[in-house]
Amino acid sequence: MSTKILMRGNEAVGEGALRAGCRFFFGYPITPQNELFEFMATRLPQCGGTFLQSESELAGIHMILGAAAGGVRCMTSSSGPGFTLMGEGLTALAAARLPAVVVCVSRAGPGLGRIASAQSDYRLSTRGGGHGDYQCIVLGPGSAQELYELTYLAFELADRYSTPVIVLSDAILGQMMEPVELDTLPVIDPPEKEWAVRGKGKNPRKVIKVAPHTDQELVEWNRHLKKKYELIREKEQRYEAQDIDGASLVVVAFGSTSRIAQDAVMQAREEGLAVGLFRPISLWPFPEKGMKELRQAGIERFLVVEANNGQMIEDVRLALCGSAEVIQYGVGGGHIFAPDEIYEQIKMAVR
Amino acid sequence: MAEWKCVFRLPRAMTDVPFPYCPGCSHGIIHRLVAEVMDELDITGKAIGITSAGCSVRNWRQFDCDMVMALHGRGPAVATGLKRARPEAIVFTYQGDGDLAAIGTGEIIHAASRCERITVIYVNNGVFGATGGQQAPTTLIEQKTTSYPKGRDPRFSGYPLKMAELLSMVSPDSYIARTSVHDVKHILATKKAIREAFSVQMEDLGFGLVEILSACPTNWKLDPLSSLERIKREVIPYYPLGTFSSPRKEAR
Amino acid sequence: MLEEILVAGFGGQGVMLLGQLLSYGAIYEGLEVTFFPSYGPEMRGGTANCTVVISDQRIGSPVRNRFTALLAMNQASLERFSPFVKPGGILAYNTTLIEALPRREDVRIIKIPATQIASDLGNPQTANMVAAGGLAAALGFISLEALFKGLYRVLPEHRHALISINQEAIKRGMECVSISE
Repeated sequence: MSTKILMRGNEAVGEGALRAGCRFFFGYPITPQNELFEFMATRLPQCGGTFLQSESELAGIHMILGAAAGGVRCMTSSSGPGFTLMGEGLTALAAARLPAVVVCVSRAGPGLGRIASAQSDYRLSTRGGGHGDYQCIVLGPGSAQELYELTYLAFELADRYSTPVIVLSDAILGQMMEPVELDTLPVIDPPEKEWAVRGKGKNPRKVIKVAPHTDQELVEWNRHLKKKYELIREKEQRYEAQDIDGASLVVVAFGSTSRIAQDAVMQAREEGLAVGLFRPISLWPFPEKGMKELRQAGIERFLVVEANNGQMIEDVRLALCGSAEVIQYGVGGGHIFAPDEIYEQIKMAVR
Repeated sequence: MAEWKCVFRLPRAMTDVPFPYCPGCSHGIIHRLVAEVMDELDITGKAIGITSAGCSVRNWRQFDCDMVMALHGRGPAVATGLKRARPEAIVFTYQGDGDLAAIGTGEIIHAASRCERITVIYVNNGVFGATGGQQAPTTLIEQKTTSYPKGRDPRFSGYPLKMAELLSMVSPDSYIARTSVHDVKHILATKKAIREAFSVQMEDLGFGLVEILSACPTNWKLDPLSSLERIKREVIPYYPLGTFSSPRKEAR
Repeated sequence: MLEEILVAGFGGQGVMLLGQLLSYGAIYEGLEVTFFPSYGPEMRGGTANCTVVISDQRIGSPVRNRFTALLAMNQASLERFSPFVKPGGILAYNTTLIEALPRREDVRIIKIPATQIASDLGNPQTANMVAAGGLAAALGFISLEALFKGLYRVLPEHRHALISINQEAIKRGMECVSISE
């Protein structure tokens, strides 16, 4: 008998968090992430954890900062308008070098926008989300199983690099249900963090800082962060490539759009078009290495498909440094692609 | 040889780092009172302080306990997350009136309404000190600031916020008091209030907050003594001292 | 194989549960599946629909605009969605609540008197289960057994006392389509 459980994407995120030993959730309701919020509200108290509804996303992210300073694994989640408010806390977490996981189930903007699915928070996520020189690791899952596994990974990476990690989901991924196998990952009891504050006892005191004492110290901080981000860039690029051999065009898409593009690519291949698919999984760091490999394999044309007005295309262009032709097909505002629609774009783009 | 007896020393909960404050500023007195209370309650080993934005931003250097820095106004949210994660710790925030009553109004009201088991030291000197004397929510009517050089006109820029009164309305399980540090008698009363604000947390009775009227000679453009006089003559009449709520039955 | 199924009806007919049951049926047949519901304020207008994609290979898009099978539980859904059924596809509908015949001749029409059968069984609210059984019979690759197993997953534990009632409804739905086929 299959051990797979049919699970909503938003719930799969929650399962991944629980599996990773997350026992604290602070957040504010917003569609389309509410199922995750409600999952945590039900499940955390059952596992001896704490769920608290904050008065705003702003308060929520700072509650996360407090809990993270205390050394526990903690998470918050939101969508576009609320995610914007979290920028302040993200920069504070990055400055304080605190690990935390923030989930954005993105919806269509700008402004209040609508609850239809979109990928228009790509830029906000991959450029940090707040002020100052910092980055968040950003993971872009493409299935319920990946929402589960990458949320779990997010906690591991957050701890490994002592930095906030964003899981960038979207309304399609969050609302759809797919079979999830939970036993692919071990249950974790996270180790104690020696730097966490819990009262100094008889030891020297600890201070978790969001600002250094001197100008010189801040320069040093930034040097440290830069080095850390370089290390992450080196070690944590993740992607998936399919049907690359002999392709004359490669479609680049992440998250739910990659799923729709997958059908379009398959259709194109059935029609005899030499088309491949490249799916960035780590959105920051962007999988530049994978893109360069494609370039070295002789791919000269790339079609970037994203449910926004053109955001990831900037990273694709940066990765290719003008060495290949990059075409964009992006529709913002909550438009949901049909496979046929992407197929038509492929036909036009392929030579 | 004469025997020397120690009659006055640095509280154990305080580092020997010199204060960074202007002459006549009340922060130093209030820091010391908090540290003395921590000594007396023997909680320095369990205490975690949350700093805020403003003049007291660097007070993590002053208290010899674990400290976490919060951004402007978010202290009560950070304290909430920390206390929920580490309920055995004694968590306090130290916030000015710009931090608590302007940018952090939402966070303090909800922390109070949840009766979070935290202690808030709220220092009210009626101006934004660190940024150069702009109008705070607590600036008195007609008081001149760099935002409104002609003085505060309530019809234009609002009335001074009475946070202790306001918070006591939303936080039944709380100890909320307003005190002043303009003379010795009131300094001693302030210390007593700070002690109670920590005690209600330690006894798991509720939320504790002391609003402390304090002087800012630099931005008031007064000398230190005249500043203390101003608290007595102008500030206290608008901001009456007293206890506005208590979670103890006998006090109700 | 690739089946793109749309299940549509009005709120309260158990359309989501029906879609989830089919999904579990597919899982127990060793197939890949995605389920995508209508969500948010859209749901409050009284209509509900979900897309179930089943394949023996990794599934791409969970969202479809053309379908190999439509299961319409009420008149409005039939009218709205029948144009999107691919030629040669299945058009199944709840004959108890739908009087007008679908105007399509290039599809396989499957008639399921779901509400009637459920009412005869004394449990009108199990019409969705009858319909699930009927559609599974028409699809031909989801067994009665797989749906029965799925019931244990889609019904919360405090409803497990109702499993035998639902099993009966699924069985009757399956039989009604198998006989008429």
